Amino acid sequence: MSGSILVTGAGGALAKLVISKLQKQNEIVAVDFREKPAFGEEIPCYRVNFTSRSFEDIFKKHDISGVIHLGRVGVHDASRQSRYNSNVTGTQNLLNHSHKYGVNRVLILSTFFVYGAHAYNPSLLTEESPLLASGLTKDLVDSVELENLANIYLYKHPELNITILRPCHIAGPGIRNSMSLLLSRQLTPVMVGFSPLMQFLHISDMAEAIMLAFTKNRKGIYNVAPEDWIPYQEALVECGCSRLPVPSLPPFLIHQLSDMLGWRTFPSYLINFLKYPVILDGKKFRTIFDFKPKKQLSHIFKYYRNNKI
Amino acid sequence: MLGSLLKSLFVTDDVEENLAKIEKEAGSYGFDAWGFNKEKAKLPYAVAKFFYDHYFRVKTNGLEHVPPSGRVLVIANHSGQLPIDGLLIGTAIANSPHGARAPRAMIERFFPTVPFLGTLLNEAGAVIGDPINCSNMLEREEAVIVFPEGIRGSGKPYDKRYQLQRFGNGFMHLCMAHKTPIVPVGVVGCEETMPSLGSIDLLAKMLGLPYLPIALPMVLPAKITLSFGEPMTFDTSFDHEEDITDRVELVKAKIRDLIEQGLSEREGIFL
Repeated sequence: MSGSILVTGAGGALAKLVISKLQKQNEIVAVDFREKPAFGEEIPCYRVNFTSRSFEDIFKKHDISGVIHLGRVGVHDASRQSRYNSNVTGTQNLLNHSHKYGVNRVLILSTFFVYGAHAYNPSLLTEESPLLASGLTKDLVDSVELENLANIYLYKHPELNITILRPCHIAGPGIRNSMSLLLSRQLTPVMVGFSPLMQFLHISDMAEAIMLAFTKNRKGIYNVAPEDWIPYQEALVECGCSRLPVPSLPPFLIHQLSDMLGWRTFPSYLINFLKYPVILDGKKFRTIFDFKPKKQLSHIFKYYRNNKI
Repeated sequence: MLGSLLKSLFVTDDVEENLAKIEKEAGSYGFDAWGFNKEKAKLPYAVAKFFYDHYFRVKTNGLEHVPPSGRVLVIANHSGQLPIDGLLIGTAIANSPHGARAPRAMIERFFPTVPFLGTLLNEAGAVIGDPINCSNMLEREEAVIVFPEGIRGSGKPYDKRYQLQRFGNGFMHLCMAHKTPIVPVGVVGCEETMPSLGSIDLLAKMLGLPYLPIALPMVLPAKITLSFGEPMTFDTSFDHEEDITDRVELVKAKIRDLIEQGLSEREGIFL
């Protein structure tokens, strides 16, 4: 495509994979809020706060025609307020700049967490299912708000051609999300009496999904998930984790244990996700983009078995 | 260890053979999108069959009306405080000489919140009674067991035994939307498995339960009769919700007939 593609969160493993695929035929601008990405002289790299005024300078300096927004402050990286500022206000700035400077392709990486883990969830949630997460835990308010914001811009500014992807658990080399950290541990908490069904997508398949969504330009919202499922506790066994049983009742005790064990070991926002399944129907994305994950669950689990913290 | 011991005690060749015949779409670890797993289902299937044969001594009429394949809604009356009727209807279909299949029972929404029970029920094929689940299953040509009375039926006191409570219309909408035949079932005997004087509603609310029966804390060995009726089909057109209610009443009337048939043939409650 003519013009450059701005990739946010460029320091992350997923963004690096996406950039390595894109850079063969496209000019890339790499930005990250954590540290300045390192891609050599061919790719302009910036460390930038999305809420700062200097962020706009990147749009002034480069002819940005496409944006792949992968940069999100994770739940264990900052306070709730700071996360909200960066993920919601920062994304709003990104979308405003995109509109102002004539960007015509925007891809936003969201998450399946926005659906929320609730005992009443049916299986195979479609993209039209309600986003319950913010009503269940305040730690996911920013994720839902980011989605709402993207949705407003999707319809208010159709020329931006916004695509929102809601993937299931992304896992594999370099991924540092909460679930990946749990799978990497020797001793991993489980809720006594619960083993919810889960879906996992290998990082390389997720990178491929992003490429397909960005290049095929079919704006809208898409779940990204394989047609393969495994209960959490079975997944831990496959990953070589020992299970640490945590009493599931009463609820206040679980949150106290979460505090005792530490946020990274046992994040409290994940408690319901370790009790109730949130299973996505990824048929729409698979059909429209002819997407078929290449890496089986066994391949993902083998990685964690061989790479313990 | 305990699981292996129980398997060796309960899992018979018949259960193994019937489960082996059942074909289900499953992922690379044998689970489907609702958590059903043929290997994991062996033990609950076998234990259910043991109680089906030896404790409840179930008698079936018209089991041949459940088709051996293709989508079908199995609609029954609900009673007995616990979901034993669903368990026994499922066991009858899973061991049917006319074509065994793994039915999917729609269960009350609070079951997934109960530690161990939710997982066990999912592995055996049960799922929460949500229309989206039901739709997806019918599109996958499953046999789905639904109790349209819900907790109104299962939680009713013994003095209302065999009196059908209000049926929800949801199952009829699903039947019509997915062009699915309905096999009505009249269950006789489950009312006597746990006779209840009423519900302690305040305590039930505190515990997050839909009801808490005033009953003996045990399941009595009542003899159970399951009478399956001929499949009923309905066209997809309707003008008003009243049209749906009328069709629901037809199914309800058929189930009432099947219950009467079961009661008239019953020689004793426990013997």
